[in-house]
Amino acid sequence: MTPLTPVITEHWDDPELFTLAGYRRHGGYTALASALKQDPDALIGMVKDSGLRGRGGAGFPTGLKWSFVPQNDGKPHYLVVNADESEPGACKDIPIMIANPHSLIEGVIITSYAIRANHAFIYIRGEVPEAIRRVALAIREAREAGLIGRDIAGSGFDLDVVVHAGAGAYICGEETALLDSLEGFRGQPRLKPPFPAVAGLYASPTVINNVETICNIPYIVGRGVEWFRQFGTEKSPGFKVFAVSGHVNRPGIYEAPLGITMRELLDYAGGMIDGRDVKFWLPGGSSVPLLTADHLDVPMTYEAMAEAGTMLGTGTPMVFNDTVSVVKAVTRWLEFYKHESCGKCTPCREGTYFITGTLERFEHGHGSEREMETLVDLCDQIAGRSFCALGDAAATPYPSALKYFRDEFVAATTTPVDAQFDPASAYVFSGAAAR
Amino acid sequence: MSISETTRAQLEELVARYPRPRSALMPMLHLMQSLDGEVTPDGIDACAELAGVSPAEATAVASFYTMYRRSPGGAHHIGVCINTLCGLLGGDAVYEALSERLGVGHDQTTPDGRFTLERIECQAACTHAPVMTVDWEFMDDVTPTSAVDVVDRLERGETVRSTRGPVIRTWRDTERSLAFPDDGLAAEGTPVDAKMLAGLSLAKERGMAAPTTAQEGR
Repeated sequence: MTPLTPVITEHWDDPELFTLAGYRRHGGYTALASALKQDPDALIGMVKDSGLRGRGGAGFPTGLKWSFVPQNDGKPHYLVVNADESEPGACKDIPIMIANPHSLIEGVIITSYAIRANHAFIYIRGEVPEAIRRVALAIREAREAGLIGRDIAGSGFDLDVVVHAGAGAYICGEETALLDSLEGFRGQPRLKPPFPAVAGLYASPTVINNVETICNIPYIVGRGVEWFRQFGTEKSPGFKVFAVSGHVNRPGIYEAPLGITMRELLDYAGGMIDGRDVKFWLPGGSSVPLLTADHLDVPMTYEAMAEAGTMLGTGTPMVFNDTVSVVKAVTRWLEFYKHESCGKCTPCREGTYFITGTLERFEHGHGSEREMETLVDLCDQIAGRSFCALGDAAATPYPSALKYFRDEFVAATTTPVDAQFDPASAYVFSGAAAR
Repeated sequence: MSISETTRAQLEELVARYPRPRSALMPMLHLMQSLDGEVTPDGIDACAELAGVSPAEATAVASFYTMYRRSPGGAHHIGVCINTLCGLLGGDAVYEALSERLGVGHDQTTPDGRFTLERIECQAACTHAPVMTVDWEFMDDVTPTSAVDVVDRLERGETVRSTRGPVIRTWRDTERSLAFPDDGLAAEGTPVDAKMLAGLSLAKERGMAAPTTAQEGR
């Protein structure tokens, strides 16, 4: 049995952890002190050697991303933290920022020093004021303590950190849309290349990292590459803040080495409510293909999930039991993508409308077998044909649902899904609470 | 256009936060709608001037983001997550109950101007499903009954506390916090709850811990 390994979450039960004094009590900012004595390139090398991969979904090697920033180019460099956590099912960055905002700030300072950025931005979605105010307080405390500002701890390094609140647009979690948003434009993706490492914020070299990724940095710098690599696998080193949600007895945050299985996580989460069967689950957000009970023993690593035909994504598994209609679940996700498509690219803008409209007919029992094939064609025509991954994501739920649950789509050609699956049986409350 | 000297000073403070003025457009819009209850043409003009863009460009930005209102909202914003996980686990029933209780549908405001109801997307709190928000503060693990109770208590003027944050203020107060987030409320309530501590508590109970040195590991 893979053990739980709280690292990022280790001191979350200290109610003062969100303060500078609380964070320092648990060794906070000691990694920064050590980092500021090192050559920035050595830090980039260290993160490269650690094998840390981005925790925002794509899993790109973090150190490699940092190394793409051209040095001595005379341009200002920027660090932008993607804290726009809005992926359906993803709920780990917001808890991290609420429970331990200083671990993010320490990571931001070290990262900025490594990539020679004197300005860092933390872009947090606007719908979570609790996370925003805690990060804002952490920035002020760090500034007052001389950890942010001019000549940090006598190192000669200057850094300003700004927290920026979004305003309700899922697309701003896409890194180039986020940059446009941060520049004060509509949040629409840019064509790549050029990549942000070369021309990002204000057309200057920019590193964009996810919150959890950045929170790994102080630990890697403080405890070393060898320590970090004892967790996880060769290709997926380290630990992960897993957030388990859905029809489980104890939904919540579970931090464990990469490579733990869903079966083990389910066990930690107290098993399924009422002992019902797992019907389908998604390892990391609605944008990754769904899996079934046959995949509970697949290691939660980037490589094993890819081999199983899906992605680790955000590493925040949603688990659904057999009371849920997969047709209804997929339709709801497509309604989301339709709503959140920014409208820039025709295949995504129009395609999400077509798919959603067709799926809604299935939901009401009016689908047809011919339309089941049409939907496959539509998804094929969206995937890879838009600027950003939102289109690809929108083209993901249906094909994977069809692969494992074809019969349900066939049934939805004649019978409304609510007549097949009583919606109330999927609720996590019952009796008086349900009125 | 008529903004007060105080407002202008606050907008200038937001502009000073960024390397380029236009980057302050979003926080400026949050501030203006906290003052005006919506993004008004005057608010747009003020933001545009300070950001150095045309009012048309500022309008294009304001209309892109769903949190900016272009009609007056209620004193309290009530959000119910209806994305797949929350919705199917009971958020749909919560929304129906609230819609019935308030007598309004999606993005509508009660005639007395107290509440605006909105079907919202994933709030990054799926471990606490079904999730409701009041003025964007978390109301976790709601049921139709508890959700309606929150509205009842707000209507009676009672103190209602977010399940993971401060006492509920108003939607406008939250909008102000989005422009000026160091709002003095970071220590309020119990933002870190049992679900966020689920794994840590279990690890401690079972004597599991991450090795802190390279030698200890496997």
